[in-house]
Amino acid sequence: MTIGEAGSALAFAALALLSIIIAAKAYAPEYAFHAYLFAAASVAAVFAIVNRYYERPAALPAQTINGKPNYNLGPVKFATIASVFWGVAGFTIGLLIATQLAFPALNFDTSWLSFGRMRPLHTSAVIFAFGGNVLIGSSFYVVQRTCRARLAGDIAPWFVVLGYNFFIIIAGTGYLLGITQGKEYAEPEWYADLWLTIVWVTYLLVFLGTVMRRKEPHIYVANWFYLGFILTIAVLHLGNNATIPVSIFSPKSYIVWSGVQDALVQWWYGHNAVGFFLTAGFLAIMYYFIPKRAERPVYSYRLSIVHFWALIFTYIWAGPHHLHYTALPDWAQTLGMVFSVILWMPSWGGMINGLMTLSGAWDKLRTDPVLRLMVVSVAFYGMATFEGPLMSVKAVNSLSHYTDWTIGHVHSGALGWVAYVSFGAIYCLVPWLWNKKELYSMKAVSWHFWISTLGIVLYISSMWVAGILQGLMWRAYTSLGFLEYSFIETVEAMHPFYIIRALGGALFVAGSLIMAWNVWKTITTAEAAEEEVLPAQPALIAAE
Amino acid sequence: MSLWSRHKIFETNSIILIIGVLIVISIGGLVEIVPLFYLKSTIEKVEGIRPYTPLELAGRNIYVREGCYNCHSQMVRPLRDEVERYGHYSLAAESMYDRPFQWGSKRTGPDLARVGNKYSDDWHRDHLKDPRAGVPGSIMPSYPWLEKNELDMAAIAEDMKVQALLGVPYGEEMLKKAESDVRIQANADDPNAVDLAKRYPNAQSRNFDGNPQKVTEADALIAYLQMLGTQVDFKLYDNKANVR
Repeated sequence: MTIGEAGSALAFAALALLSIIIAAKAYAPEYAFHAYLFAAASVAAVFAIVNRYYERPAALPAQTINGKPNYNLGPVKFATIASVFWGVAGFTIGLLIATQLAFPALNFDTSWLSFGRMRPLHTSAVIFAFGGNVLIGSSFYVVQRTCRARLAGDIAPWFVVLGYNFFIIIAGTGYLLGITQGKEYAEPEWYADLWLTIVWVTYLLVFLGTVMRRKEPHIYVANWFYLGFILTIAVLHLGNNATIPVSIFSPKSYIVWSGVQDALVQWWYGHNAVGFFLTAGFLAIMYYFIPKRAERPVYSYRLSIVHFWALIFTYIWAGPHHLHYTALPDWAQTLGMVFSVILWMPSWGGMINGLMTLSGAWDKLRTDPVLRLMVVSVAFYGMATFEGPLMSVKAVNSLSHYTDWTIGHVHSGALGWVAYVSFGAIYCLVPWLWNKKELYSMKAVSWHFWISTLGIVLYISSMWVAGILQGLMWRAYTSLGFLEYSFIETVEAMHPFYIIRALGGALFVAGSLIMAWNVWKTITTAEAAEEEVLPAQPALIAAE
Repeated sequence: MSLWSRHKIFETNSIILIIGVLIVISIGGLVEIVPLFYLKSTIEKVEGIRPYTPLELAGRNIYVREGCYNCHSQMVRPLRDEVERYGHYSLAAESMYDRPFQWGSKRTGPDLARVGNKYSDDWHRDHLKDPRAGVPGSIMPSYPWLEKNELDMAAIAEDMKVQALLGVPYGEEMLKKAESDVRIQANADDPNAVDLAKRYPNAQSRNFDGNPQKVTEADALIAYLQMLGTQVDFKLYDNKANVR
């Protein structure tokens, strides 16, 4: 047995014991349930490690086979399947809560089905479960390919993938049971945060370890973005979840920051969850999968350098634009606004670099629906990163803030950019990972594309109208100088738009189901690919 | 050597790349967040702000648990229509004991920063149980379980101890009497209410949910809602004294 195997097994055994003690003395049954989940998962981990030890050959897998790197694709496969599953689940929950806003009876007067608990479940399921699995899976694939090295660690990559998904289960079931920190996009309580910290540090070490083993002199641009994403998310996570638990036997904790400071720490975190999780990470995907699929080098190497540093520098400043006209000091609001407007430029730097990579290959958009998904995603990225700076201007924000315009803006980025580039990556990865010639059905990809594009258009246009209407109604005055509308009138005015939005969401869910079916069929029935021939030279050399 | 080729050091050395990234992402956060902890003008000096009573704190935790912040903001902006609709714009001092802050980001429902004392307890109880009974156009979920669930107050003193550790001025006596303070505040005409009001000035004590049999989650939540935004007397508040 290796030190890694023995050490991990012992650590999990200790965790199982600790979890059982906590479960026995827990203040709340919900917390005891989570402790038992931890215990069960730890016991399963010990069993899996010991079982694997007896099943495996004496020697660990070789780093290379016949001079070619022996890639570790198991964890990538798991994360890819998990991302399809969580994607469908997260979009469906989104559809449910969208429908609840149109028809409140759908809350069913049940605590765990009510909007206030389901909404964090939706956001976490799509951002962290779907997006997170896409990021972890694709990064583990890309880092091996671009470094021409096997993934560092033996158990560690599996620990990252499985541990991360266990975090998702703890977080999601926690929301339904009413365990939450009450901070947007950072709802998981202290023990889930602690667990995620361990998983995330391991993720960084595996990724970095693989980069260090690389056979290529240069670190490929996609890996800069992945590293930026992993590092910054770690910093943000620690800063925004600095809490003190009431007791080790209580699920409740209190954050060390309070009031106005807590507000800015939260949106420093919240906006950069967008900036680094949903942008830098997915830009890494763009930088690998678009050139690969279009068989063209990245448009400009220099642009990628400039926009990488400019993007990560500028994003961090933009958080206060979530707090315009609040009790946050004006100087901080102004700084946030100025940097948000500046952020437009590095964002479009990335968009241009992605789109122009298609130079000389634009005709492929007609024949390859997978490439079409990815190119449209970059176009949506450009639109959302134009709308964002616009909404961060205080005058615009005074109208748009607190309204559904914000929700529309988020979804043009989340559906149009993040989900589409993820779909593109999944459609590329599945045949590569399972050694298939091509996807089971290209026609189904085309259907997926058109159905969900229609869904996005319905979603964002209804939310634009709803948001602007709502903002204008709140500030409308009669000729006698009274507020024209009561609040409830502005709520009732949203009804038709909430229905259109739900319709858009339903189309998006339908598209994702087509993808799930196509992925399933590809894995089970598609024709096998011929033996891959690795090029002697790295495939991706940036053009000057 | 051109500037572009100098970038090679980041591309060929992962540790230098990591250090570079960490430095670059630290600057913005440090410049914006750190001054909030030492600039005195960040939080105004105002009369009347006190920590939450144990019952209000428990109610606040229910507010957090049910995710009310997903649809209700607690931050009145200094805009004409908002000040007319909700009341005086929110001050930073009014949320200085809020862990976590609940300013919110969406108004699917109205702002609640100054909802305290605007509606009766009965209105709140009925509205939480079935929002559409009183407001037909409401899209708020119903919360019928709040008036059924007995309030779990076994650990409320421990909660307050953690807050005290973080600088909230909960004294020895407040911590010792935490659990009994919950009962006193949720009881109509309790003889100890005067004593409670000494510890927590202007605390309102009464039976909030109309059910004298037990202290429920509705008691706690309504007690919290009824104090929101009522601590500062804006007839006396001088905003010139706090010009930043």
